[in-house]
Amino acid sequence: MPLFRARVQVSLRPSVLDPAGEATRAAASRLGVSGVQRLRIGKAIEVDLEAPDQATAQAQLELLSDRLLANPVIEDWHLDLNEAG
Amino acid sequence: MTQTIGIVVFPGSNCDRDVRWALEGCLGLPSRFLWHEERDLSGIAAVVLPGGFSYGDYLRCGAIARFAPVLEAVRDFALQGGPVLGICNGFQVLTEMGLLPGALVRNSGLHFLCEPAELSVSPGSCQWLRDYSTGERISLPIAHGEGRYQIDAEDLRRLEDEGSIVLRYASNPNGSRGDVAGLCNRRGNVLGLMPHPERACDPATGGLDGRRLLAAALS
Repeated sequence: MPLFRARVQVSLRPSVLDPAGEATRAAASRLGVSGVQRLRIGKAIEVDLEAPDQATAQAQLELLSDRLLANPVIEDWHLDLNEAG
Repeated sequence: MTQTIGIVVFPGSNCDRDVRWALEGCLGLPSRFLWHEERDLSGIAAVVLPGGFSYGDYLRCGAIARFAPVLEAVRDFALQGGPVLGICNGFQVLTEMGLLPGALVRNSGLHFLCEPAELSVSPGSCQWLRDYSTGERISLPIAHGEGRYQIDAEDLRRLEDEGSIVLRYASNPNGSRGDVAGLCNRRGNVLGLMPHPERACDPATGGLDGRRLLAAALS
């Protein structure tokens, strides 16, 4: 069965305050990088998945992203899917 | 069969024994631990999801616990009107399960907060709070790093209109939207709160304001 490699990017929705991101932004200016206007912390999740075809892999990864990896109340997610070499 | 209170134990729960001590030692109420792989709730009159760090809080607080076998049974129990109480991590689990709306995220000040919190009570139809009066001020301990209640503005208004916000912080310590410290569903049987009533059942550990809440588990 073909193996698919996916990367799911989970980020806080824009309306949700990210205090850890704000603290990191403050640290950036203490490092001397003063131009940081926006810094939001999310997660990147790498998944290798066996599936019969690309459409099935896509559907399963969307389910996984929406129901487990991200909580739609507070997070958005973005899926990048490739067939593993 | 004697009715008893079920206390769910996940790997990483750490207030399960505190809840049992409060129920049995302070209030004289029978309880039984429900291991996360159990599915049998026979003889259980009420369920408590205790505080802690279920499954290490991996991914998000409560996110993995949502798929525990015991919670399938707890969901059915709640949907049939059975009383369910989620304390701290238990509240996070209830939101991840969708039994209560919204989510709990990192405190706005980033610090883990461990201190007494003044709360205002609006019991409405919440059966867990039936022995408190509207507008009553109580003090319960909080102990959390991720207790900031998050929900969009429209849904927050709806919760306010429905009287679901049954516990509010007097001086919001964590940045929660609407000062939400505790939420109850419309039916009145499912309550989630970040403060710890089980730590306020004996004068030696933080007052007595939690006693009436836990005592409501068995009517």
